[in-house]
Amino acid sequence: MNDMTPTREQREAALEGMGCKRKRVEDIRFTQGKGQYVDDLKLPGMVFGDFVRSPYAHAKITKIDATEALKIPGVIAVLTAEDLKGVNLAWMPTLAGDVQMVLADGKVLYQNQEVAFVVAENRYIADDAIQVVEVEYEELPVLTDPFKSMDPDAPVLRPDLEGKTEGAHGPRKHHNHIFTWEVGDKDETAKAFSEADVTIKELISYHRTHPSPLETCQCVASMDKVTGELSVWGTFQAPHVIRTVASLLSTIPEHKIHVIAPDIGGGFGNKVGAYPGYICAIVATIVTGVPVKWVEDRMENLSTTSFARDYHMTAEIAAKNDGTVTGLKVHVLADHGGFDACADPSKWPAGFFNIVTGSYDFPAAHLAVDGVYTNKAPGGVAYRCSFRVTEAAYCIERAMDILAQKLGMDPADLRMKNFVKPEQFPYQSALGWEYDSGDYHTAMQKAMDTLGYRELRAEQKAKQEAFQRGETREIMGIGISFFTEIVGAGPSKNCDILGVAMFDSAEIRVHPTGSVISRMGTKSQGQGHETTWAQIIATEIGIPAADIMVEEGNTDTAPYGLGTYGSRSTPVAGAAIALAARKIRNKAQMIAAHMLEVSEYDLEWDIDGFQVKGNPQARKSMKEIAWAAYHAPPPGMEPGLEAVSYYDPPNMTYPFGAYFCVMDIDVDTGVAKTRRFYALDDCGTRINPMIIEGQVHGGLTEAFAIAMGQEIRYDEMGNVLGASFMDFFLPTAVETPHWETDYTVTPSPHHPIGAKGVGESPNVGGVPAFSNAVNDAFQFLGSTHIQMPHDAWRIWQAAKDLGAHG
Amino acid sequence: MEGFERDETFLHRAFGPEIFRAEGGRSKDVIPGEFTYHRPASVAEAVAILASHGDEARPLSGGHSLIPMMKLRMAAPEHLVDLGGIADLKGIDEDGGTITIRAMTTQHELIASDLLAGKLPIIRETSLLIADPQIRYVGTLGGNVANGDPGNDMPALMQCLNATYVLTGPDGERDVAARDFYEAAYFTALAPEEILTAVKIPVPPAGHGFAYEKLKRKVGDYATAAAAVVLTKSGGTVATCSIALTNVADTPLFAADASDIVAGSTLDDDTIKLAVAAAEAITEPASDGRGPAEYRTKMAGIMVRRALARASERANG
Ligand SMILES: Cc1cc2nc3c(=O)[nH]c(=O)nc-3n(C[C@H](O)[C@H](O)[C@H](O)COP(=O)(O)OP(=O)(O)OC[C@H]3O[C@@H](n4cnc5c(N)ncnc54)[C@H](O)[C@@H]3O)c2cc1C
Repeated sequence: MNDMTPTREQREAALEGMGCKRKRVEDIRFTQGKGQYVDDLKLPGMVFGDFVRSPYAHAKITKIDATEALKIPGVIAVLTAEDLKGVNLAWMPTLAGDVQMVLADGKVLYQNQEVAFVVAENRYIADDAIQVVEVEYEELPVLTDPFKSMDPDAPVLRPDLEGKTEGAHGPRKHHNHIFTWEVGDKDETAKAFSEADVTIKELISYHRTHPSPLETCQCVASMDKVTGELSVWGTFQAPHVIRTVASLLSTIPEHKIHVIAPDIGGGFGNKVGAYPGYICAIVATIVTGVPVKWVEDRMENLSTTSFARDYHMTAEIAAKNDGTVTGLKVHVLADHGGFDACADPSKWPAGFFNIVTGSYDFPAAHLAVDGVYTNKAPGGVAYRCSFRVTEAAYCIERAMDILAQKLGMDPADLRMKNFVKPEQFPYQSALGWEYDSGDYHTAMQKAMDTLGYRELRAEQKAKQEAFQRGETREIMGIGISFFTEIVGAGPSKNCDILGVAMFDSAEIRVHPTGSVISRMGTKSQGQGHETTWAQIIATEIGIPAADIMVEEGNTDTAPYGLGTYGSRSTPVAGAAIALAARKIRNKAQMIAAHMLEVSEYDLEWDIDGFQVKGNPQARKSMKEIAWAAYHAPPPGMEPGLEAVSYYDPPNMTYPFGAYFCVMDIDVDTGVAKTRRFYALDDCGTRINPMIIEGQVHGGLTEAFAIAMGQEIRYDEMGNVLGASFMDFFLPTAVETPHWETDYTVTPSPHHPIGAKGVGESPNVGGVPAFSNAVNDAFQFLGSTHIQMPHDAWRIWQAAKDLGAHG
Repeated sequence: MEGFERDETFLHRAFGPEIFRAEGGRSKDVIPGEFTYHRPASVAEAVAILASHGDEARPLSGGHSLIPMMKLRMAAPEHLVDLGGIADLKGIDEDGGTITIRAMTTQHELIASDLLAGKLPIIRETSLLIADPQIRYVGTLGGNVANGDPGNDMPALMQCLNATYVLTGPDGERDVAARDFYEAAYFTALAPEEILTAVKIPVPPAGHGFAYEKLKRKVGDYATAAAAVVLTKSGGTVATCSIALTNVADTPLFAADASDIVAGSTLDDDTIKLAVAAAEAITEPASDGRGPAEYRTKMAGIMVRRALARASERANG
């Protein structure tokens, strides 16, 4: 053989396809400061918009007077709700079936709500003008506690809904009630509880937090009055959906709207919905005919656009004395703030919270969620999780620990006992899902063995005894979380956004010289799609990833897609990519057969081309086939080599993982130190192990932040506290624990490449691991449940309440 | 806006003045108002500019406290007098038992100084706990102590070390002890037309013990509570002791009683308990995101306890 002929291994390696730790191609520009973000965009004649915001959480507006503001040189316009009414845009629909004020229409419902939109030549002038727009408020009683929302005498927050006893999701039972959502079998569950040996019941709250991407929400809107075309550049996780919404609201035909999402500096769910800033910028450019930029500042971001969680979950488990669980009952009080601006698929008012049975085989379960209004910012979005899955995982993982405590059982053993067994997949859960695949026991055992779980328990016991003897002021907690996620929204039979089914798409074009451009309906905000999508294509069609360009975010060129959130990109678009690539490979096979003068059935695929079965010397590489597709296609065949695929997934995917946190707590200060954090993820087929590791590191860091202090607080007057990075806990590299990652591989049986999605697992699974560690540490002092967030003073308070300060 | 004022008072009462730096729910701006920028070359020139504009002018040093306040429009000076062009305001030197640090010395320069590392190592230890390296490259000692923010770390340290501030105004120089300088949050003995030009610190005896203990939520955070301790020992007992506290009242606190309790003791358990109680007794912290007042008081006590232990371990004699 010729020494120069590359081996199969060399050809394989040259592709940098699936399974390769390919370096992120987008980082070349990001690490050199060459990313192009919305705020980098400077159009000729561009002006700036900024908001006058309400200092009150609940007030009537009796007057808005912009006279003084309009006198400032450089101020172009001041828009109010009255102006927006002229174009029927004072209110807008939310993704959750509610309506939301774009600008305050007669009243405000939360602090910092948008009251007027000032348009000026630059940001300084806009801000000067904001100071002198005169707004008269008449204060109304403030409601911030969701538990008081449905009190008989609670203030009426939404006079616009007066008399409406039917909401988007069924009957409303109070003027501040949004919906009740019920799933499961109530009677079967009641029976399980009446026959149970042991039951537990606990209110488990998941506090209000915020996705807080480093880049805030922003856009530039530009109306060309001559052509009637509207261009909007924005931080959009779902650019096509924004285009459709913009068309429906503005009545500009959809083909005349160009929505472009350039580089995005993190989204985490913050950039899915439509916000008043986008609408106002669009109206302002239509009014003025010049481009209008709107850029949210940090406080605006944290206090107005899309909070997450604020879920108050009462969990009950029924079990036998041996630890076998027999029933689960959960009631959730969901605080949505002033408007229900959840970004869930339309038919799912509480997202996929019915994954709350988790990794356990509950024969019976019942869930009810009540959504209510309060005088807080509207939401809540899925902060790096698939629609309320992180809430569900926290609820069940905490509840299982509480049950273990009551039974006097080890929490790892209790989990092992109740896991859905490998042979039960596909598994029908009591709350209506079909889990695609899993091997929970193997993952859990691997985690326990790697960590030396039993030894850690022994060490913990010794430390507890030393603490009781007064020899140390430090205690130790071991937090376990075994989560099952549900991602990849979703099958058109149950998932849509404003009526658009939640499919996704890919288009791949192979050029004559064998390089590729491909476009998807998804939009990376840091996930590394430019790298991983190319890897899928590389493996599927045998062209090196380095020769494949991936482009997302331009709605003029990309096929329609529902965007990137809820870990849906790999399960949905990833499948579309594989299937589009396979269309190309099928056509390539016919071309190769023609070139080699054999039947296509005589060919077999070999890494980067087709070879004649039994005669590997007779082969055509993809590069050669691509040239032939344009140069001399088989007679009767269309020239060219490209394909489009739209993928409607048959089911969700169900990634899972075993996370363990070992924590040491200084009882005197409440300072908690994470000694070890071990994360085993099973996301099915692994496309790029390095990117998976990066995603897990990032998600765990967020989970650490959320569990240990990241919170949007309100006082009783509805003042939002902590809406700056001074207080909102965003850990630096110094605070962040060291992460140990691991994996098992259980492919999804229904996904073309068996991949499940991983980006959100670490947030979903991480939070319960941290919280369980804190709770586990205090159990021996008689504690059952300590609410999050676990910042130092709250841990100290818990220790004090348990008498640990002597 | 009427509502604005009422709410600011409320926030003040509920969370202390620091709300305006840390909480920010109220004021959403990130864009400062308009101002005139001055860059004088001498102290005399700077003082003259300040004097001619009264309350409307402010000195600018590193800008890492002032500029954030201006962006939030909590401070809106019409004239900014940048002290960065005044050569006389730089440098650290020693003269007969006193170390003089000029106002524009950055926190990074405090960390890098061999003189301070040898004679006043607690300054280095404290500086390293301020903010992060980027901020320390520009933030100055003068700005930190003149600011009057109870969250700043240097003021309590200067009280612990019994430093003196040199204030220069139109009528010349005057000295004010760090222990007498602070009146309330952002209110100090400094007159609007004065500049703090230097800090003079008596050098503690060789072999002294020292520690700065700071509890904070993360890098770049102001203290939940912090304690500075300098002590000397002789024959196993504490000869002199000085304790001061950061961010547990609306001014830094020199803990005179606690210091007196420790002086002359062997730092036995009972003495430590008494000193901790005496330190806790003078605190009056705000409740904020770092925790309720009760917690911060207790943390002041714990910081004192830990600083005493570490200082004692380090002391010779
Ligand atoms: C994110 C962040 C975290 C921080 N964390 C900490 C921390 O943990 N601990 C800490 O101590 N500090 C912290 N700081 C503050 C930082 O140390 C500041 O640099 C310091 O407080 C002020 O110094 P400056 O030189 O920047 O002063 P400037 O901001 O320029 O001035 C502060 C005030 O003092 C006045 N002033 C300045 N110089 C003089 C002078 N020579 N004479 C009279 N008046 C003067 C100014 O007019 C202004 O009112 C932090 C700052 C930031 C942005």
